[in-house]
Formats: sequence, C-alpha cells, structure tokens
Amino acid sequence: MNLLGDALVWLNDPLNWQGKTGVPFLTYEHLYISFLAVLIAAVIAVPTALVLGHVGRGGGLTVVVSNVSRAIPTLALLTIFAATAIGFGNRATIIALAVFAVPPLLTNTYVGIREVDRDVVEAARGMGLSERSVLLRVELPLAVPLIAAGFRTAAVQVVATATLAALVGGGGLGRIITDGFGQQDRPQILAGGILVALLALLTEGALASVQRAVTPGRDRKRLLRGVRRGDPAEEAVPVS
Amino acid sequence: MSHVVYAAEVPGNPWFTWDYVRDNSGDLRTALEQHVILTVETVAIGMLIAVPLALLAHRYRFFTGPILATTGILYTIPSLALFAFLAPYTGLTQRTVLIGLVMYALLILVRNILAGLDAVPPDVREAAEGMGYGRARMLWKVEMPIALPAVMAGVRVATVSTVALVTVGVVVGHGGLGGLILRGFQNNFYRAEIVTASVLTFALGLAFDLLLAAATWALTPWARRSSSGRGLRGRLRLRGPAEASAA
Repeated sequence: MNLLGDALVWLNDPLNWQGKTGVPFLTYEHLYISFLAVLIAAVIAVPTALVLGHVGRGGGLTVVVSNVSRAIPTLALLTIFAATAIGFGNRATIIALAVFAVPPLLTNTYVGIREVDRDVVEAARGMGLSERSVLLRVELPLAVPLIAAGFRTAAVQVVATATLAALVGGGGLGRIITDGFGQQDRPQILAGGILVALLALLTEGALASVQRAVTPGRDRKRLLRGVRRGDPAEEAVPVS
Repeated sequence: MSHVVYAAEVPGNPWFTWDYVRDNSGDLRTALEQHVILTVETVAIGMLIAVPLALLAHRYRFFTGPILATTGILYTIPSLALFAFLAPYTGLTQRTVLIGLVMYALLILVRNILAGLDAVPPDVREAAEGMGYGRARMLWKVEMPIALPAVMAGVRVATVSTVALVTVGVVVGHGGLGGLILRGFQNNFYRAEIVTASVLTFALGLAFDLLLAAATWALTPWARRSSSGRGLRGRLRLRGPAEASAA
C-alpha cells in the first residue's frame, strides 16, 4: 500500500473539498481563528509594550511572561477555557491562542523600543517633542522591524497552535487530522498533516516577506537570519 | 451545544479537589512518569544529535545554512501535523511522540550550541593554539566551557518546551499528563481532572527549569565569580530580554 499515494487520492477527492468539513471551509475557519487571536493579542500587548519600553521599565516582566508562557501547555489552556462558561468552540480557541500570541508581541515590541538609539530620542526631546510624540513619531517607526518580527512569530505560532483546537472540539484544519485518528483513516491523517504543514509554512513565508518589506536594508540581515550571533535562545517561543 | 451550558452550570464540578487527587493518584503517577521519561529521553537524544550537528556547522561554515534551515522548517511544522506524518509509519506508539519531540528540540539546541561556540573570542582560541592545544583538546578544554552557559540556556528552553509539548502526544495515545487533560475534557468537562493535570504539567516544566538553572550555576563557577554586580537573579536567569526576542 502506498500511503502517500492514498493521501493524494484523499486530497483529490472532490467530496473532501465541500461543505462544513471540506478543506476550503476549514482553512477559512483556521485563518479566521488565527487572525482574531493575533488581533486580540496585539491590542493588549503592543500598547503595553510601547509604554513600558518608552519609560524603560518592565524588562523583567517581559522575560517572565515569555518564560512562564513557555511552560504552559497549549492543550491545557485550550481545555480549561473550553470547560468554563465560554464553552468549547471557536471562541474558547481564540482566547486561548491570544494568550500565547501575547509574549512574542510583548517582548519584540519592548525590545524594539528599547533598542532605539538613545541619542535619537534625546535629540527628539531637545527639539521639543512631547513624550507622546517621541514615542509615536520617533520610537515607534524605528521599532517597526522588530515589531514586525514579533507579529511573524506570533502569527506563525498561532496558525500552528490552532491545529490543536480540534482536539477539544474546535474547528480548523486540525479537524482533518483528529477525525482521521478517530476513524483510523491513515491516508486522511497524512493528508491533514500535509495541509496543516503547508498552511504553516505558507504563513511563515508570507509574513517573512512582510517583515522584509518593512525592514530597512541595514538591519535586514541581522533580523531576518534566524540567529543573532551571541544571542542564545533567540527563537525562544513555545511550540504548539 | 446544549450540554456545554449544562456542564458549565452544573454544581459539584469544582476546579480542584483533593478527593480527585486521592482517588486518581495511580493514574496521575503513571502519567507523570511517562511525561518525565518522554521529556528526559527527548532532551538526551536531542543533545546526542544536536552536538555533532552544531560542531559540523561550526567547523564547516558551508553546513551552517542547510542545518539551520532544515531544523527551522521542522520547527515550523505544527506538532499535530508532525505526529500525523509519523503515526501512519511508526504507529500509535510512544516512539512516535519521541521522534516528533526530538525534531522540535533540535532547532533550539543546535542554535544555542552554535551561538555558544561562535561566542568564543578569536584571541582566546589563538592563545590556546599558541599553547599547543589540538582541536579535540581545544574543543573540550576551551570552547565547550565558554559555550556552556549558552548551551545550558538552550537545554532549559528545549526542556520546558518539551514538557508542554508532550501533552500533544495524546493524539497517538502517549501524551503523559496530556492524556488526563483530554480524558477530563471528554469525561463531560471533569474540571478537577483537567486542572490537576494542567497544573502538574506546568509545575513539572518549572521544576525542570529550576533544576537546570541550578546545574548551570554549579557547572560554571567562573561565571559566578566574574559576574560582579549581578545578584542571584542574574545568576539564575541567564537570558536577558534582548535574547528572548524572536527574530
């Protein structure tokens, strides 16, 4: 039996592309959940980190948040939210995923603001800009490349993690895999795996280009290469 | 959906009870053991693979790009998908979970070992060469000790991530405490079970992290002496905010 061939047959079956359990709808659901989760996280994390970064406090907080969140199993949070009054379904999924999107956004935005050249900030103050203007018109634009990196990490992670929602009754492409396991349908399991992996890699690719577009040439190599020399634990994000 | 509302409102479904812990101590212990074994095996095997890979990438720059790119792609693939790729071939076994988890740990470990080796100052290396150190002795006596803090930071991140990730193994029936989390969910939202297993997983991750932090502290006496101005906080937490940022 050629398993990969059978998986391709599954993917070619028009029946699997129709209705509420079809690939297009599940993909849409997956992206919709992910988008809302990142949006909610951004609304909470980015302004907080902007202010913290501007006043130069809370560096320890961002480290603690990202370290602690790494130890929280995604499955646990998804399940706990599903067991509250929120009930299981997409709403619980979105809230749980938003929690995991906060740390990368918080850390990157904070570091982005802190890494802005202090001389530039002092010059802006010397020119009579208000603190608010210093933050919004000087620090924020200069921090955009790192904030974009935070969005990329958060979004890729959320898209990957959204797969787990299917384990606790949520929607998205993970359904194909969990249903496959439920029915012991090996071609379907593999087909679902291919779709989910493809979506994750496409998201990563797309957001990497966005990040490249908003990063000026000087910083590009440093920020886009995975490793910054001498920085251990660079991509210290929790995996889904 | 109606039974969801029912489950949320039904009395006598507390978030935590000692009765649950007492009545299920056997299950909890079994799950915890599986969780610990999977975590330790993952990090140990991960290191066995990551060290030679990092050394290869460090010695021959030509390999750096491909090794980092491959581990990076593996890291991007969602865990459930990875188990979906493996399970049809390796079955619903603990081995499936182990292979998947090792693949994830690799990226973190390789990166940190490589970053640690790259952080060795060239003049230190030259001095060792001048003193007649060969490649093996240089690696063992000079490069490894200097790289150790970064390597241990990687081991800590990999270990804590692995503890959290083991739970996903439930999809192939070997998820350690994740099995209890899902069982609680399927058992009509048995909150005490869900929360007990979740908190245990979280605590296990923190316990491993503290243990490894203490090990790092014990293994790097020179770092303690030279870190003037850094208190216990600085010693235990080797990673600063800039390093935790993801690029």
